[in-house]
Amino acid sequence: MQLQLRGITKRFGDLVANDDISVTFEPGQIHALLGENGAGKSTLMNVLYGLLQPDAGQIVVDGEPLVFHSPAGAIAAGIGMVHQHFMLVPVFTVAENVELGAESVGPFGFLKTADAARAVERVSAEYRLAVDPNAVVEDLPVGIQQRVEIVKALTREAQCVILDEPTAVLTPQETDELLSIVRGLRDAGKTIVLITHKLREVREAADVITVIRRGRVVAESVSPQTSEVELASLMVGREVSLVVDKPSLEVGEPVLRVNQLSVYDTLDRAIVDDVSFDVRAGEVLCIAGVQGNGQSELVEALVGLHDRSEGRIDLGEKRIDGLSTKGILDLGVGYVPEDREHDGLVGSFSLAHNMVLDTIGESPWSRRGVINYGLINENGQNLIEQYDVRATNAQVAASTLSGGNKQKVVLAREMSRSLRLLIASQPTRGLDVGSIEFVHRQIIQARQSGVGVIVVSTELDEVYALADRILVMYAGRIAGVVTPDVGRDDLGLLMAGATTS
Amino acid sequence: MTLTAPVVPQARIAPPSLTRPIIMTASALVLGAIFILLSPMDAETTFIFNLGDTFISIPDWIVPSRTAATGFAIAALVCAAIAWPINARRGSLFLPAFGLGVFLVMSFLAWVGADSLLPITGLLQGSLLLAVPLIFGAMAGVLSERAGVININIEGQLLVGAFLGAVVASLLNNAYLGLVAAPVAGALLGLLLAVFATRYFVDQVVVGVVLNVLAVGLTGFLYSRFLTEDPDLWNNPEVLPTIAIPVLSDIPILGPILFDQNVIVYLMYVVVTVVQIALFKTRWGLRLRSVGEYPEAADSVGIEVNRTRFRAVILAGAVAGLGGAFFTLGSVGAFGREMTAGNGFIALAAVIFGRWNPIGALAAALLFGFADNLQNVLSIIGSPIPSQFLLMLPYVVTILAVVGLVGRVRAPGADGIPFRKS
Ligand SMILES: Nc1ncnc2c1ncn2[C@@H]1O[C@H](COP(=O)(O)OP(=O)(O)OP(=O)(O)O)[C@@H](O)[C@H]1O
Ligand SMILES: [Mg+2]
Repeated sequence: MQLQLRGITKRFGDLVANDDISVTFEPGQIHALLGENGAGKSTLMNVLYGLLQPDAGQIVVDGEPLVFHSPAGAIAAGIGMVHQHFMLVPVFTVAENVELGAESVGPFGFLKTADAARAVERVSAEYRLAVDPNAVVEDLPVGIQQRVEIVKALTREAQCVILDEPTAVLTPQETDELLSIVRGLRDAGKTIVLITHKLREVREAADVITVIRRGRVVAESVSPQTSEVELASLMVGREVSLVVDKPSLEVGEPVLRVNQLSVYDTLDRAIVDDVSFDVRAGEVLCIAGVQGNGQSELVEALVGLHDRSEGRIDLGEKRIDGLSTKGILDLGVGYVPEDREHDGLVGSFSLAHNMVLDTIGESPWSRRGVINYGLINENGQNLIEQYDVRATNAQVAASTLSGGNKQKVVLAREMSRSLRLLIASQPTRGLDVGSIEFVHRQIIQARQSGVGVIVVSTELDEVYALADRILVMYAGRIAGVVTPDVGRDDLGLLMAGATTS
Repeated sequence: MTLTAPVVPQARIAPPSLTRPIIMTASALVLGAIFILLSPMDAETTFIFNLGDTFISIPDWIVPSRTAATGFAIAALVCAAIAWPINARRGSLFLPAFGLGVFLVMSFLAWVGADSLLPITGLLQGSLLLAVPLIFGAMAGVLSERAGVININIEGQLLVGAFLGAVVASLLNNAYLGLVAAPVAGALLGLLLAVFATRYFVDQVVVGVVLNVLAVGLTGFLYSRFLTEDPDLWNNPEVLPTIAIPVLSDIPILGPILFDQNVIVYLMYVVVTVVQIALFKTRWGLRLRSVGEYPEAADSVGIEVNRTRFRAVILAGAVAGLGGAFFTLGSVGAFGREMTAGNGFIALAAVIFGRWNPIGALAAALLFGFADNLQNVLSIIGSPIPSQFLLMLPYVVTILAVVGLVGRVRAPGADGIPFRKS
């Protein structure tokens, strides 16, 4: 199926998210869309999928202009989309999610979920996408949820599959599996649109690349042989250095001491099991591991966000386990949560307000219970400029920002206080190369100023770029603590559960 | 560096929390002791099980009060004790908690019923009747909240149902026509809620409250303008007759409680069954739940989120309106100002205690009905407790039961959140 976008323009108020974009997706090709955060990639795909209505422009399917008033039209035309934020109902089973909207029913509208389960199994077998149709989606790891999304599109006989940042939350192994699945789909003659920020993947999988910047196409029919550095500068519009300079280490006293920390889930299982470690001033400790091995819960427990944890945590001279999260943050702990959408920002608040979220009750932002909005707005505007947040001004609601810009807002807030310890969970997930460079610089800068830094990451590249020491977690326990001169293969093995001896 | 091969990890399991068995045991001990000590030594309590004619009539049960209170308290303690091993195995504490509640109530009754006659079957039948509007209200709540619209408006929908049911039945001299009119009134109020919530995205709680005020004002105005002016014409509906279902109504104890009722009660059975099945087994239910859990996902597969919500809210209004008819056509036989008296809000509580499940909400509504009626019966037979405490005690029992029965509750993911597309 050939898909043509002609002159698509989409505005949100004053902001032109897509500015006269024309691009053609051919069958049997993997077409990569590259672009920095907020470039307008998701917007363009949402227009194509009928979720947004364009202000101008045309969608042409196999030579025939079509108008999609809702996704139903796009689905009927054979377009399937795997969204950046999964479109799965968490409490439904895989089969229920797959059949939703296209149910096969008996008399009185009784569901034939068994039919859906069979369809899932058929597609699973055909494209080697193993999923259990009866599993409840929220119990599945993100990698499998991703597959469910693809299965969902394929059971609807999609001829064109759009994948919007499908690998942002996947582990390296899961990414490799996904890419081979996508190649299989291409070889079956489907039209594939792949959006990703990971240049390695683009070079590996794409047949042709289109680059978008600030809502416009800046390069088309780019060959996948183009070097990563060149692609990066096309995306961002300037030279990007893919490795951060890291001055040599000057460690101080331990700022954080964790002793026999365990965290339990609602079923009383130990997700973090008897973990002890130190973080010293001026070092970056990377917590590496495959997603779901207790790293997230570990840092949540450190900042007092987990109500079922035991063990001893000291920040400098002060014992902090049992303190409230606010109490811990006030002691000079900066926290960049893994899920910036839900935990990092208040979407309906302005950027300026989000920048002082945890200190708004204190001087100088408020005095005697009266908030000084002038000062807060000024601060917001300054931070926006300093951290290069792409937004019209500090008054816009945080929810309208693109992923990378949201992350910059969180970082700006956390790093504008004086810190002793900075905890950043997946700080560059979903960010473009330019933003990654920026975030990494900020983290290294914090380290240079003598802050102890914990970075949780599932990306090996990031771990190697930042870490002074690497703590590998597996199944809630410490599989090993190693230095960054460890080989990739050994690190991979540790992450897969081997132990050092 | 040497690496050893991975071992398949088995997460360490912490011992299960003891909170619930401790609460259960403590309440059995403390309440049991209170009931035993307070029940007089030389009095007798009479439990009456007969109501109407049944196949076999069960003889009244006359027991020394303190012995009975002690016996039931011990039974309650046994239930609490059973909870410990079940909790250790992480099993469901539903049955022990249920048993604990029943036996504690019986122990309580043995004390307060000393030297008087306790109509147990009558107590249960009255509970069901008090629960009927709550159950309809709770089904309305389940329907609209499962679709993602908070329904504070149940109270108003019950009220307009009660009103229009009475007026139509009175004017046309036919209670069954009133029964047709009541859901229409509820649906109309639901329509207003639906329009404001899904078209204009007004805060659903605010709209619900405003519509409740509207319902009170409107029915109150019409009541004083017409119903009190000429009550014979406007407010004199016949009450729906009870219809005994052959055979079933002859079952001892249960028969007269469940199967010797008017048509609204039978409709209630039908509504609960249909809602439960339709919600979880049909396409309609799947789509309705999807727009309440994660409307973006529903939208992305081409389901019209706001239209689905719109219809669900109107249907919910109709169900609540039908329940409202029970106040006028099912029991009192005349409309009275603000006669729903907060039932809509209690129904909302039942929705939450019932975890947004029709069957759960049914059970919760029955529990509330029982608590209410227990207090009625006790104030009639005259009990040793000051009336203020009497009003309180049923709710204490309810709270204890809730501690035992309800675990983590989770509302539908998008409950109360308007769905707007850009
Ligand atoms: N609903 C909306 N209302 C207002 N502005 C929006 C809305 N959705 C997106 N935008 C803005 O449109 C621009 C493009 O956003 P879009 O999500 O398409 O970016 P993207 O290229 O997908 O970025 P990312 O790589 O971070 O996902 C951004 O500046 C964003 O702030
Ligand atoms: Mg995007």
